[in-house]
Amino acid sequence: MKFVNQPIEKIDGMDVATGKPVYTDDLVMTNALIVKILRSPHAFAEIKSIDVSRAEDLPGVECVLTYKDVPNVRFTMAGQSYPEPSPYDRLILDKILRYVGDEVAIVAAVDEKTANKALKLIKVEYEVMEPVLDFEEAIGHSTVIHPEDNLHINFDIGFNQHKNIASSTIIEAGNIEEAFDECTHIVEETYYIQAQSHAMMETYRAFSYLDLNERLSVVSSTQIPFHVRRILARALQIPASKIRVIKPRIGGGFGGKQTASVEVFPAIVTLKTGKPAKIIYDRKESFSCTTSRHAMRIKVKLGADRDGRIRGIDMEGLADTGAYGEHAPTVFSVTGYKTLPLYNQAKAVRYRAHAVYTNKMTAGAFRGYGVTQGTFALECAINQLAGKLNMDPAKLREINMIREGESSPVLGKKDDGTPIKMESCALDRCVKKGKALIEWDRKFPSYEVSDTKVRGLGMAITMQGSGIAKIDTASTIIKLNDDGFFTLLLGSTDMGTGSDTILAQMAAEVLEIPMDKIIVHAVDTDISPFDTGSYASSTTYVTGNAVIKAAENIKEQIIEYGARFLNQSMEAVEFDGGYVKEIDGSNRISLDEIAQRVVSGEGKSQLIGHGSFGGDTSPAPFIAGFAEVEIDKETGKIDLIDYVAVIDCGTVINPNLATIQAEGGLVQGIGMAMFEDVVYSSKGKLQTNTLMQYKIPCRKDIGKLTVEFESSFEPSGPFGAKSIGEVVVNTPPAAIAHAVYNAVGVNARNLPITPEKVLMGMLENKKS
Amino acid sequence: MKIEATINNKKIQMEVANDEFLVDALRRYGYSSVKRGCDTGCCGLCTVWINERPTLSCSTLAPTVQGKQITTIEGLQEEAKEFASFLVKEGAEQCGFCSPGFVMTVLAMKRELEKPTEEEIQHYLVGNLCRCTGYAGQLRAIKKYLEV
Repeated sequence: MKFVNQPIEKIDGMDVATGKPVYTDDLVMTNALIVKILRSPHAFAEIKSIDVSRAEDLPGVECVLTYKDVPNVRFTMAGQSYPEPSPYDRLILDKILRYVGDEVAIVAAVDEKTANKALKLIKVEYEVMEPVLDFEEAIGHSTVIHPEDNLHINFDIGFNQHKNIASSTIIEAGNIEEAFDECTHIVEETYYIQAQSHAMMETYRAFSYLDLNERLSVVSSTQIPFHVRRILARALQIPASKIRVIKPRIGGGFGGKQTASVEVFPAIVTLKTGKPAKIIYDRKESFSCTTSRHAMRIKVKLGADRDGRIRGIDMEGLADTGAYGEHAPTVFSVTGYKTLPLYNQAKAVRYRAHAVYTNKMTAGAFRGYGVTQGTFALECAINQLAGKLNMDPAKLREINMIREGESSPVLGKKDDGTPIKMESCALDRCVKKGKALIEWDRKFPSYEVSDTKVRGLGMAITMQGSGIAKIDTASTIIKLNDDGFFTLLLGSTDMGTGSDTILAQMAAEVLEIPMDKIIVHAVDTDISPFDTGSYASSTTYVTGNAVIKAAENIKEQIIEYGARFLNQSMEAVEFDGGYVKEIDGSNRISLDEIAQRVVSGEGKSQLIGHGSFGGDTSPAPFIAGFAEVEIDKETGKIDLIDYVAVIDCGTVINPNLATIQAEGGLVQGIGMAMFEDVVYSSKGKLQTNTLMQYKIPCRKDIGKLTVEFESSFEPSGPFGAKSIGEVVVNTPPAAIAHAVYNAVGVNARNLPITPEKVLMGMLENKKS
Repeated sequence: MKIEATINNKKIQMEVANDEFLVDALRRYGYSSVKRGCDTGCCGLCTVWINERPTLSCSTLAPTVQGKQITTIEGLQEEAKEFASFLVKEGAEQCGFCSPGFVMTVLAMKRELEKPTEEEIQHYLVGNLCRCTGYAGQLRAIKKYLEV
């Protein structure tokens, strides 16, 4: 292949690498009002009175809004296809404040200083109520976080507002009790996963203005332009036809920008004042007033017979969705759906879970989307089971893991009633290669490097999906312009991943044209074809399949017109990317000439190819991850020496971009495993709210990273490809926990694994 | 207050507030490559050169650059492109939001250190955070660019 599976440079690479003004705040008009938010100092409170008159009187203040000024219609900020599973449980501004940082009032002023000054002039009297800060105490707590009666649920999600339950789920196959009866070895443990912060370099931001038709235009750093349009329409109670959403370049998303955290604030200011308005969250607001990964407690019971055949897996999840239910019903379900199929030899599996409201910041979508949490818990338990069986954990997986062509009851059935199978799976080869790369057989489980330092090895495997089956859809359009070049119109959002580039590679491959003949346009909801957005690992697989269809569609039209201009039948000609030519080679017409003649008086036409796709299944990419750590036995200090990830993402569309995606995801997973601690005060204020307190990995924290691909071929994928964006974050926490255990015998079940926890664990072990 | 500084080899008069940080003043005057990534001086996104030294513009009060030479990536496009081409060959630019500050620091390192070791490179750039790439691709690009 000429373009697919090639290390093509990112089409926007030079621009973003040399500082071109292409991000949201680089494009805003200089006269935009500055929007600032007054936030709740209390974890749970009701506004008794609010006086904004002094703020309104301040010169330069254009608008001050409170709960009295917003539509009384609840909505969700979660970017999901309609009807959203997430409960409609929030107002733009509410009388009840549900976490420290919840929005009390919106101020818009001519500059930042004036806006900040106005915030201080707003007088609020709060009735402070008892918050729920411990998610393990949320169910049935005397405090009900959402007592309101106008809350709306689109369909049954196991919601019980009076018990603080945002959602409940059960996944079950086989008889779990009977399965455990067959087991000689059982592991039963509880794991805690923290509310990791996305910490993308570009904080949340958007600006809005009215266009010449009095329509609301919103420019936003978002992963979900079409969902933002629908969310704004409901929140603001205006028709979607009155809203246009434009996505420029995005400075990182990682799922955070799959929730419309900020757009509604400048939008309502623009509607009220008629003026352009922008909001830029500072780093503290980004940390403490948006969304994070769902903190979870996961109990795992796992059993095998004496030969190491896993017979039963029982998982029980509790997810902290915080003050509002964005992504609550989906994240914690995926935890079960995309971990249990890994071990399909089990006779019975069960996953039961609740997502609960607390008076903390809302949780939301974050790369891995629940699978990351589930992988940590299940893979830690698998490693412990291997220890109990006295078996190499790699061997335990080799005996039990899913293989190509196999199914799992958790994967469900196709429309015709036959089980959904893993049509492509190279997980076995990933494990084998990973073991060789890290020299597993020589080094496992540990070896001393000095009197005080010891190294340990650990592993984990994982899967994800590629888009949401039967829900995610993408449409794409390819237009042949009058000078023989193409515009590829996409509704998906490249947030730095390079998806615009790999989608153009696919179009170039089908059309056999050079990459520079394709201009990619994305996204403007007035122009772009519909796409659910870039989340759920969907862009390569879902949008990619749509691109292939659109490219094939326009290729046929080019051949049709070429044949017509050559006075030939379509069967007698072929298109080679440059020319439509007679198969016998006598006559030909260039693409440029076809393009010119199509739009001329002769052709009177415009060639537009289009293609749409939605997956019936969600093919899983796989990773086998291996960690080698060095522990200082005197201090508990952990150094990551080597991390090996061998990836099956099907055909690798762009080896360079896929490698970087993988390395970046691994480091985000490593951060979650080792550094990224989330701390709340006793009153419910997030304390880890700057990059000083919340440590993301810097370049000296990471040892060697080794990324290799072991490709399968996914028959339903574009050129055989599956996703890569999310799966890469999943393995480090469990693999590193395993390596730490093998080095010093400390079982870390509560993330992050800090030197302090390791040292305390070693001291504890010594005592006993 | 009015100050005069040389920005990218051009003398510029700027009206700045006493308590305004350089990053905000520069953005206001159209040097939009300069990004703000944190409010605590620890991400490196806002790095510009002041009198040839890489400096955090988020921690520099605008009035203090009176009479000084400031360089942003807008004023160093040729050099930036040369390094960026190595970065892009690795696919290691990803979202690019941290690039201006990162590239300015790399270019400063090139002038300051001759044939740096891997450890020296990592140390010099430790204040430039990136959440997308995992740093490994950046390091590969730097080594090829510096031929080390």
